This record gives sequence, C-alpha cells and structure tokens, in this order.
Amino acid sequence: MIDWFHENGLLLGLALLDGLAYAALVFMVAVGLNLVFGVLRILNVAHGSFYAIGAYAAASLSAFIAAQGLPPWAALPALLVAAALVGALLGPPIEALLLRRIYSGEPVIQLLVTFALFMILEDAQKLIWGVQPVSNDGAMRLLGTVDVPFAGDVIPFTAYQLFLLPAVALATLAGLAWFLRRTLTGRVIVAVTTDREAATAMGIDAKRVFLLTFTAGAMLAALGGALASPTTALVPGIGAQTIVLSFAVIATAGLGRIEGAALTALLIGLGRSVAVYFAPELEVVMPYIIMVAVLLVRPQGLFGAAEARRI
Amino acid sequence: MTAEITRRHALLAAGFGGVLLPHTLSAQPVAKPAELKVGITTFLSGPASVFGVPGRRAAEWLFDEINRAGGIGGVPVRPFFVDEGPGTEHLVGEFRRLVQSEGVHVMFASISSGSCLACTPLSDELRKTTILWDCGTQRSFEEGPHPFAFRTQGYGTPEVLAPLLYLLKHKPDFRSIAVLNQDYAWGRDSWELWKTAMDALKPGVRVVAEMFPRFNSTDFSTEITRLLALRPDVVLTTSWGGELTTLIRQATERRLLERSLFVMPVGEPSMPALARTMPAGHIIGARGDHWINHPAPRDRAAFDRFIEGYRTRFSEYPIYPVHHMAQAIWALQAAYAKAIEAKSGGWPNDQELANAFRGLTFPTPTASITLREDGQGLEEQIVGLSSFTERFPYAVPEKMIRYPAAEISAPVGQKSTDWLKTLRPGMETRVGAAL
Repeated sequence: MIDWFHENGLLLGLALLDGLAYAALVFMVAVGLNLVFGVLRILNVAHGSFYAIGAYAAASLSAFIAAQGLPPWAALPALLVAAALVGALLGPPIEALLLRRIYSGEPVIQLLVTFALFMILEDAQKLIWGVQPVSNDGAMRLLGTVDVPFAGDVIPFTAYQLFLLPAVALATLAGLAWFLRRTLTGRVIVAVTTDREAATAMGIDAKRVFLLTFTAGAMLAALGGALASPTTALVPGIGAQTIVLSFAVIATAGLGRIEGAALTALLIGLGRSVAVYFAPELEVVMPYIIMVAVLLVRPQGLFGAAEARRI
Repeated sequence: MTAEITRRHALLAAGFGGVLLPHTLSAQPVAKPAELKVGITTFLSGPASVFGVPGRRAAEWLFDEINRAGGIGGVPVRPFFVDEGPGTEHLVGEFRRLVQSEGVHVMFASISSGSCLACTPLSDELRKTTILWDCGTQRSFEEGPHPFAFRTQGYGTPEVLAPLLYLLKHKPDFRSIAVLNQDYAWGRDSWELWKTAMDALKPGVRVVAEMFPRFNSTDFSTEITRLLALRPDVVLTTSWGGELTTLIRQATERRLLERSLFVMPVGEPSMPALARTMPAGHIIGARGDHWINHPAPRDRAAFDRFIEGYRTRFSEYPIYPVHHMAQAIWALQAAYAKAIEAKSGGWPNDQELANAFRGLTFPTPTASITLREDGQGLEEQIVGLSSFTERFPYAVPEKMIRYPAAEISAPVGQKSTDWLKTLRPGMETRVGAAL
C-alpha cells in the first residue's frame, strides 16, 4: 500500500486538483437543491433546467458583450448577471403560479409536476438556443493557464478551473452560512426548515419564505450553469445530467447543514477524478457507488440527523 | 344447388393457391406509383443532430432538385423523416409504420450504428430495400446476410485503418498511444479495430491509457490532465460531433496538442465548428474521400456545384453526412434506372429493386462507389494533416493520401477483426497514393 502511494502520490495530487473544480460546480447546484427541498419539501426535478438555462443565458450574454465591442473582462461579471437574471425571472413565477398549488399534494404528484416542468423547459431551451453545441469559453481564455509542477515536468491547468471556480464555491458557502446564521431572514428560513408548523404558528410568513428560498435556489443552480459554461459545451440534456448528480449529492449528504453538501460534493468530485486515473471504467458510476456505500451505513446521509417517525 | 367439394378438389385448390398464385402475382406488372415514398431515419434532436440535421437538409434539397427535373423514373419523390433521438424502440416502431402504413418504397437508415443494427433485420423481415446511409458499424454485413440492405458509403474498418496507415507513414517511430473514445458501440468497436490492426502492423506499441468517458460528455478536464501527465506520442480519438469539438477546445486550451500527435478518424465534421481553434499538423480523416479541398475530384464542375449549392442554400459548408445522404440518393437514382431498364421500362417491385442495388456502381463528384455482393459500398478514403488555407475558414487536410477502399476493407465473408490480424508490417508503404 505504501509503495502504491509512493508511485501514485503525484497522480493523486493531480486528481485532487481536477476534482476541486468539478466539486465546485456540483456544490453550487446541490446546495440550491438542498435549500429548496429543506424549506419547500419538494424534490424539484426542474432544478437541473435552471442550471442549463443559466449556462445558455451566460453564453448569450457573453456573445452580446463581444458583439457590442465591450472589454473582454466583462465576460466574467456577465456570468453572475446571467445567473441572477435567470433566477429572478424564472423563480418567482414558477413558485407562485405552479408549486404553491401542490405543496399539500402527494409527493408523487409533486414529482410529476416538476418533471413536467423540466420537460417543458428542456423544449424551451431547444426552441431558443437550438440543438447545436454552444460554447462560451471567453472567460476561461481570459484568465489563461497556470503550469503546475509534476515529476520534473509541468501540467498546464486553466486558472479559471484551478482558482476561480473553487474560490466562488467557497465564497458561496461562506456567504450562505453567514446569511442563514447571522441574518433575520436566514434564521427564519432555518426555522421553517427545522419545523414548518411551529414556525408558521409563531407568525412567520411561510409564503414569503418559500418564494425567497425557491428564487435563491434557482439562482444558485443558474450560477452553477453559468460558471460551468466556459469549461464545457452546452448541448440539450446537460440539465438532466446535473440534476441526477445533484440528487446523489444530497442523498449522500443528507438534509442538514450546507457544509455537508460542500463536503459531499468534494467527496464525489474527487471520487470521479480518482476513478479517471486509476479505474476509468468506473468514472460514470463512482458518484453512485459512493452514495450507495454511504446510505448502507448511514441511511440518513453523512450529515443528516435521524428523524423520529411522525404519525 | 351447391357443388360438393371433395378432398381432391381442396388439395388441387391448395396447390394452385400455394404454388401458382404467388408466382403469378410476382410476375404481375407493378403499377408506377403516384409518388416514390422514401422513409429517412436521422437524428433531429440531441447532440447527434449536428450530423442529422445537415443530412435532412441535404435530402430535402436534392429531392427538390430531382422533383423539379421530373422525379425518379418520372415519379416525384416524397421523403418521410423519422427522428432517431428518442431511441431504438421508437425507431423500430416508426420503421414498421412507414413500411406497413405509409407504404414507403425505400428506407434510408440511419446515423447511429445501434439504429442500423436494429433496422437491418427489419429489412429482411419486411423485404424492403434499406439503404444504410450514414452508420459505420462493420457488424452490419459481417454477422449475416441482409439481402435487402445496402450501404452506399464506406464503413468503420477502412475509416480506422486508413488513418493508422497514414500515422505509420507520417510518424513511424511512435512508441506509445492513448485512446479517448466515447463509451458506446462505435467508441469501443473502433478501438478494437485500431488495436487489432496496430498490433499486426507495428507490434510493441505501448498503450498508456484507455479512456471511454460517458457518451455525450461535455467536460474532459480530468482526462486531459491524465494525458498531459502521461505524454503519449499519439492520442487516438474516434469521437465525433460536439464531443470532439469540446475535447479539442479544452485540450488546445491546455496545450495537449503541443505534446501529443492527435489522430481523429472522424475529424472532418468538427472542423467547421472548431474553426481556427484546431491546431495544424494533426491527422484528420473522414468516412470517405469528399474533403472540401479535394485536389482531384472525378468531376470538378459537379463537385463545385454540389459544395456551392449546399453552401448557398444553407449558409454553411457541407460536412460528411451531407455527402453520405447525397450518395444514398444518387445510388437510389442509379438503381431505379438500372431496374427500370432491366424491366424494359416497367416499374420494379421490391425484389427487382434490391436486385438492381447488388453490384451497382454509381458515380459521385469525387470518384465512384461500387456495392459489393454483401451490400457494402467501396468508397475511397482520404486522410491528411490539419492545415489552413486562405480559401476556407477552418482546417482542411494537406499532404493527403488516398486509399483505395478494396485494399483497406475486410473481404466479403470475413470478419474485420480476423482480417486485420492477417495484415503485415510495411503495408503503409504498399497501400495508398499521395494526392
């Protein structure tokens, strides 16, 4: 074992760097899903669509900026602006007009309604952006590459993936933690998550909390998509891939502290990149292997608290 | 009064019905239809629509032109399109519907190899001429006969072998290779073909990585890091479409193509999307010989008319599915002409049409294609190095070598993997001519 680490330690280091960027993107989407499920108690399949639309919107905004002859650095704030716009424009109407009607419905109805919404938004993406791959790598090119020393050689990494993505994910984690624990609105959200009935009985406006939380969740998913857009190709179906992975993250983490979602995203990101190096055939299933292994030992997830059964 | 029916009468009637009637019916002249219905399966949704949509455009464009000129054998053509996107089960149902309910006269199937493998048994069962217009799997005609199926273009074996021969000539001293293919039938099959041929032609090459990321992957960062660390002399990828475009963009950004020579047997359709991002000096191929800068097409005027006709109509240069669709349509015209002539002007039935396809030779603007007795088309392969010219906004090949299809295809009745094992080192010096 020690010999193996001696031989492959440097490769593990590279896998760690790869896994960080991937984990950062997964975290952005999963934490939004966790937040929405925690407060609204709805498993929102359409969450993946916000990711995809955020990515496409960022690409369109970047193309617009380039066409207007604005400075190239404007491509970076454009990612944030696109995500905020998608969350603000799609979140409130979907929550108010659709989800509000099914909060008291059966879970299977909730799942079907959000799945239908997902299908509608998938087709809307095809109508607006077509089926041909769209690329948006301006922001990544802008920051260039960084040479990481490796066994007497250097490995070029993009600064965007090596520094910017993990930095934004950490900032989001810290910002969310501060918001939920130090602000009145954040504490209200935590109260509703912990015990909705008691919180409502204490006079908390649940409707407002639901609207706010859903919009914030949509913005986080859209931000994940916008940040991913420079590193990937935008094609029909990226929303579905993301939502499945996000479900795996929150199932593994369990409902609870957002730090749990972050650590689980990191675990799954690293698991996937280590698999590419040492067992490439397991790359696709690695997140689900981790999920199954965790749920076998801790059915409530790594960071979830076991709940007493309610009659 | 009723006539008594004896057992003898019944036997005579059965004999007449069972033996004489079908013969009489098959000899009946087939009425010329009001329209020639062609069912076409292609990807109209999903990532593979980067191939499917240009294929559909080519069919609509060419059938319009044919109909303006009087149709095929005087009959106007009407295409029926089916989307391969929803999957094989949907496709099989649609294939049956088109043949049994719509009454199509010919089927064109498909882009995906999986779709073709599902459609060829249907052509046997329904006895309907089926042109495999774009799929490349070698298994179509190597795992059993399909008397009503024909492929009017090249296929996987020559498509993989030609770039390997080119590599052996261009960089004969390479010692290590890594593969990064899509995780589905074509990605796995093409690697098996390459590896088998490489082991026969240049034994001892070290395979440092075999990576098969999920089909429709959009992020290759980790695979690229691994390839940067491994520094293989050659990276083979038979990926295509949007995935190849994404892989090359991400790999170029991290200077992987400065460290390893890339071999891309299906590179041609991704070059327009990559534009100037594609680095020069890497091996690019296509399934066929229809490069846009072909230096010596058989009919220069027809070639230029085809390229410019498509570009003018759709504001983009044609990629290989466009050529493959055109080849299927030109073969259809040639087969009907042959069948009608054989019947002295009469309209052919399904069997007569299939008979006309067997052994058919039809011209293309660049060369001519002959369909072998097993239904497989022999199409020349041209491979070259990516380069840039003033004329085109994307990479086109230079230092091209043309490989005759018959010399790089498994003979009729042999499986490709068995035949490739019989190849001997030095083949690259004997096969192929510089253009």
